[in-house]
Amino acid sequence: MTKITGNEFFVKALQEEGVEHIFAYPGACVIEIFDEIYKQTQFDLILPRHEQGLIHAAEGYARSTGKPGVCLVTSGPGATNLVTGIADANLDSVPLVCFTGQVATGLIGNDTFQEVDIVGITRNISKYSIMVRDRAELNTAIKEAFYIATTGRPGPVLVDLPKDVMAEIGSDIYPEKVNLRGYKPNTKIHDRQISKAINMIYKAKRPMFLLGGGVKIARAVKDMTALMEKSEIPVVTTIMGKGSVPTNSPLYYGNVGMHGCYAANNGVNSCDLLISIGTRFNDRITGKLGTFATEAKIIHIDIDTASISKNVTVDVPLVGDAGEAIRKMLKAAEERGACETGKWRKQLEEWQIAEPLQQEEKEKLVPKQIIDAINELYDEPIVTTDVGQNQMWTTQFFEIYGRRQLITSGGLGTMGYGLPSSIGVAIGNPGRDVISISGDGGFQMNSQELATAVSEGLPITACIFNNGYLGMVRQWQDLFYNKSYAGTCLLRRKGRECDVNLRKGTKHCNGRKAECYPYIPDFVKLAESYGAQGIRVTKKEEIAEAFAKAKAKKDGPTVIEFMIQDEELVFPMIKPGGPITDLITGM
Amino acid sequence: MNKTDNDMKRRWLSLFVENRIGVLARVSGLLSGKSYNIHSLTVGETENPEVSRMTVCLDADDRTYEQITKQFNRSVEVIKVIDFTNLSIRTKEVMFIKVSGLNDRGRAELFQMAQAFKFRIKDMDSDSVLVEAVRTEIKNDSILNAIRSRFTNLEVVRGGPVAIESISMQDR
Repeated sequence: MTKITGNEFFVKALQEEGVEHIFAYPGACVIEIFDEIYKQTQFDLILPRHEQGLIHAAEGYARSTGKPGVCLVTSGPGATNLVTGIADANLDSVPLVCFTGQVATGLIGNDTFQEVDIVGITRNISKYSIMVRDRAELNTAIKEAFYIATTGRPGPVLVDLPKDVMAEIGSDIYPEKVNLRGYKPNTKIHDRQISKAINMIYKAKRPMFLLGGGVKIARAVKDMTALMEKSEIPVVTTIMGKGSVPTNSPLYYGNVGMHGCYAANNGVNSCDLLISIGTRFNDRITGKLGTFATEAKIIHIDIDTASISKNVTVDVPLVGDAGEAIRKMLKAAEERGACETGKWRKQLEEWQIAEPLQQEEKEKLVPKQIIDAINELYDEPIVTTDVGQNQMWTTQFFEIYGRRQLITSGGLGTMGYGLPSSIGVAIGNPGRDVISISGDGGFQMNSQELATAVSEGLPITACIFNNGYLGMVRQWQDLFYNKSYAGTCLLRRKGRECDVNLRKGTKHCNGRKAECYPYIPDFVKLAESYGAQGIRVTKKEEIAEAFAKAKAKKDGPTVIEFMIQDEELVFPMIKPGGPITDLITGM
Repeated sequence: MNKTDNDMKRRWLSLFVENRIGVLARVSGLLSGKSYNIHSLTVGETENPEVSRMTVCLDADDRTYEQITKQFNRSVEVIKVIDFTNLSIRTKEVMFIKVSGLNDRGRAELFQMAQAFKFRIKDMDSDSVLVEAVRTEIKNDSILNAIRSRFTNLEVVRGGPVAIESISMQDR
């Protein structure tokens, strides 16, 4: 055993973990770790332009590759800027290991420069967070962090590294095993419970799979697809689960929930057996609790015991790995053959025909035209989204099959997620087409990351659906708040008519007028100022050409600003807090 | 499907946790973060200095209580969770009451109460008396109520109940 400093050991530990990229932003308390990173070549350092962009990039990397995303930031503001991303990763089960610098142990508690209690701040929004108080604990702390982040239900782990501890000399041995008496994730599926579930499936008249993000996290898409095809049981998904089976399969009926399909929501409410895998029955899925899947027995498979019977009481709980459960059901389906679902599927198809997902062509561009173009013009893109209308349209219309992926902030609903997460995706998936889709609101929350994409030479296509509004909030104002458009116009300028009227309290922003300033900012110029390609698309005919130009640009990002129909809404929609049968179709 | 408050009752949990900085904050933060209201929480080191044991007493319905135990079970710092609600346990709470402004008659009465209610007089001066009661929480409630009905000038400190599984006794 050689004795090395904590800073030296940090680099060694990451190498032992096989880390290839670290998303890092320097500062006083981590400068010596950066100094060690400089001396090695095994992993490279990505420098995003803001720590929130940094952690979303790490999330995009982790979600698209299945490997943990590794972050390194300094103490104080560096650490607090991670907070949103940690909460996001926690709700969407993304494996992250976040290292934060910390002031020397002797100074902790003194309100030292750039000191915050980041372990305290993140305690309730991370899977685990710990401060390393002793050099002797550093080696196991890093090992445990990677283990906890990536096993069981994955999630973010934060390790706080005081500067003096990292300077100290200690062991260079990276532990092979962890021994955590309080953490023994269970992956094995209970045999009797799964047999019970399988028997229920074959007795059911109207069975249905509801798939959440857990199927993809368990890397079980292929087995799940085979199970669907063998059993002939219809499938619906949450937005996190979309892509768990090919969306072009005739057995797939779309997303459930607030902006889900009519057929899918009706299906959940009419099925007599709901087999849900890797979802926690979030309120955006169930609508009003107590009205959800009232006719169904529910089988619930989840790796997290606390997700079972949290929101919806289930009949057969199964704690364990989704992949293992799916394979056991697949084996049974191979032996017992298809369920008799012909009549049931016919009913679902009738609903599908009655209320298909659609969007009428309008004077200006509508989002479906753009997403249809992506479906058509790209073979295997990985698409990330921001949050709001742009996200809902993408999750409605983007087709996922083969190696295609959709990456979106589902649980926390973090605006500003689209662009930075696509950077992590591009870094983890070189050679693949990577597209981010944002609104003009969300894009501006992390637009500085264009600099990162340019620096790293990443050929990302960043699509902005520009309607000049915070569209989803405006949609709620439109439908449920008497068209009082408070704080949702992004083109408001002081002194103009709309502003004066707002302050008199007599009128609202009542939609786009000729005198409204067209761009705040001009996204094409913004892109060009970063050295990115900037394209504005105002007509349907220009869509394909814009994507062709984006594809041709191999050494850096392209921003395509789509000027979309100002007041386009997302339909169908379930009224917030209402039952999922109460659908506003917009037609 | 959704349970109502009908099954609301008092529950007892015994937690074995890592004896480390921040673990109490983790446990109490988990309870407050999810808006679970606790009645009391006591903590102390066990026979193993690396392990602390907490006794948590709370009022909850079945559904909430199930969530709480699951949340504790999946916390890395929580080693073991035992549900004491339906087990035979021994439980005691320390309660101190300082009664001031006493005259001779009042003091005599308090000494009589000490015999009847099984609490102890631990300290006194010319006009005040310090009472110590080490009883179950419910009995301490009764003692406090009795003293409160006779005297007005009180200072009360309660430690919260600690509990351990019984060996053979059924009584709490």
